[in-house]
Amino acid sequence: MTEAAVPARQVEVTEEERVFVASQWQLMWWRFKKHRAAVIAAWVLVFLYVIAVAAEFFSMAHPEDVETSIGYLAPQTIHWFDSGFHPHVKAVSGGIDPESFQRVYETDPDDKIPVHFFVRGFEYKFLGFIKIDRHLMGVPEGYDRAGPYVLGTDRLGRDMWSRLMYGTRVSMSIGLVGVGISLLLGVSLGGVSGFFGGITDTVIQRLIEIVRAVPTLPLWMALAASVPRDWGPLKLYFAITIVISLFAWTDTARVVRGRFLAMREEEFVMAARLAGASTARVIFRHMVPSFASHIITVMSLAIPGMIIAETALSFLGLGLQAPAISYGVLLQAAQNLQAVALYQWLMVPAIAVTVAVLAFNFMGDGIRDAADPYSQ
Amino acid sequence: MLAFLIRRTVLAIFTIFSISIFSFMIIQLPAGDYVDSYILRQIEEGFGGVQRSSAEGLLERKEALRKLYGLDRPMYIQYFKWIGRVVQGRFGQALEYRLPIWDVIKDRLFLTIILAAATIVFTWALAIPIGIYTAVKQRSIADYSFTFVGFLGLATPDFLLALILMYMAFVYFNFSVGGLFSPEFQSVGWSLARAWDLFVHLWIPALILGTSGTAGLIRVMRANLLDELRKPYVVTARAKGLAEWRLIMKYPVRVALNPLVSTIGYLLPYLISGSIIVSVVLSLPTLGPVLLQSLFTQDLFLASSIILLLGVMTVVGTLLSDILLVIIDPRIRIS
Repeated sequence: MTEAAVPARQVEVTEEERVFVASQWQLMWWRFKKHRAAVIAAWVLVFLYVIAVAAEFFSMAHPEDVETSIGYLAPQTIHWFDSGFHPHVKAVSGGIDPESFQRVYETDPDDKIPVHFFVRGFEYKFLGFIKIDRHLMGVPEGYDRAGPYVLGTDRLGRDMWSRLMYGTRVSMSIGLVGVGISLLLGVSLGGVSGFFGGITDTVIQRLIEIVRAVPTLPLWMALAASVPRDWGPLKLYFAITIVISLFAWTDTARVVRGRFLAMREEEFVMAARLAGASTARVIFRHMVPSFASHIITVMSLAIPGMIIAETALSFLGLGLQAPAISYGVLLQAAQNLQAVALYQWLMVPAIAVTVAVLAFNFMGDGIRDAADPYSQ
Repeated sequence: MLAFLIRRTVLAIFTIFSISIFSFMIIQLPAGDYVDSYILRQIEEGFGGVQRSSAEGLLERKEALRKLYGLDRPMYIQYFKWIGRVVQGRFGQALEYRLPIWDVIKDRLFLTIILAAATIVFTWALAIPIGIYTAVKQRSIADYSFTFVGFLGLATPDFLLALILMYMAFVYFNFSVGGLFSPEFQSVGWSLARAWDLFVHLWIPALILGTSGTAGLIRVMRANLLDELRKPYVVTARAKGLAEWRLIMKYPVRVALNPLVSTIGYLLPYLISGSIIVSVVLSLPTLGPVLLQSLFTQDLFLASSIILLLGVMTVVGTLLSDILLVIIDPRIRIS
């Protein structure tokens, strides 16, 4: 309806009336916005997924560039000002201490290496098809090094910051893909269970109870261990994702079934049926929209579990393998307590995991509260 | 009530049955069977003149071995033979350890159970008082800070917590948290002193394992108690002049505690999962490290035995918590 069509009947819509005419999704959005922690968490997640999409752009060096001469280099500070705005890092040179056999690095305060924005670096395909070589920050060409190493380097001298960016892509996307698969399983099994009822329902319900009663990690470990080790990174990625989602669909199935059963008796479903709507229309036009919010809630609360599962499996050496980079693969380096004690920055991926999981939990909480807009 | 117990028991048996099938499937997963890997090992080690025999002789030998182990039989017969042996406690031989599987895992199984039990006790001992406190003092600073710490506890994976704790203990106190026994009690028989030593070492892994469970339980306890506190009987009791703490502890807390017992059901699978990875990080002598090792060495009989035992342990624990729930909650008993 355009404004010109009804100028005479334009009335001041009060706050209360707005609530009455608002759609379900609008109500949810208003309630979600009031949940401050959830909104912050949502922004954190947006940030993480932007990194996941454009990991190469945020990288300052190629994550596989091995430079053993600067192994276990401590994080470098970027000095932003030097008679004006000239971001730079101080050059380091190092070697092995003959007594302790530890790496020691010396900073040369006079040798400044500039750090530029939108610098040219290794070439990559942005979004998979746009060929560019620009990176957010980095050392311009002509200097004999990549970096700056803001999160230090690992044993082989690979840039931890860039590896963390790539790890974010893999770990965060495993959560999404895994939830997608378990959503498929959960909605179809839960829907069938709630729709047909009877023996089908009983069988699926028992199956859900069994899956829930079993400790999942041993099963994950066994299944992940049976995935052939010589599979390529991409194949392994999907295999591990499927393994994880195999035991994670039960929550979705329970919610879908419960809503289906409750909704069958609802008056608006009855009304739609009496008005002559077909079964498909009743399900997809009337029933699904009213429990879609519940599914979104369950999903957003299921993703952190998947991220933790992948991290745990990869950490144990049963999940993704070395050429692939994920939070779990990065944390394998932290298994060595001696190394962590000396080179604390190896633990940074643990912070990333915790932040991601915390953000999903807070956002899921906010969505759960918002999903029922009429509750107080 | 009897019907409830029977239903639960039948479901438990059915669950164990499903887990056993799954465990058996794990044995079958890799290409080839036990005889293939056995012959391969023999060739590698150059035993029994296998190396010198012809391809035909090898094939003949394989067939003979298959017959001997019953591997030529249909799958379901193999399954029943395997489960028949397992029920009698004969799990077979652990390849790497060159010991019967039962000898490898029996101590570790015991310690896994102890660890799980200690964690549950720890979780409850912490969650119930905090839950009560945060419900009674709702919207206080303590309430908000416990909520935040609880969220953090939920979000931090167990094994990361273990890593961080180990790191802190190592760097700041120069003390190693790993293990469940002091070196002098590592491999001696059970005594009172050894049990005490275990008790002293147990609280750190229990703390790590219990964090997320505790965080979850605090929220459940708080929500339950908040529901109860608004009920008219609480108002009546207060109007009659009952002292506030006495009033809270005597009625609403007892009602709010009931649903907590049923949480063992979902806490236990979670704990067992967590204990495996935490044990690997802290190198605790539980089933976790052996399971991981057996998966790496492809000793699938050992792996599937452990998975079966972990499953049985979880299911039995859940069944016990169901029975406990029936005993303490008359509403279930009557309906």
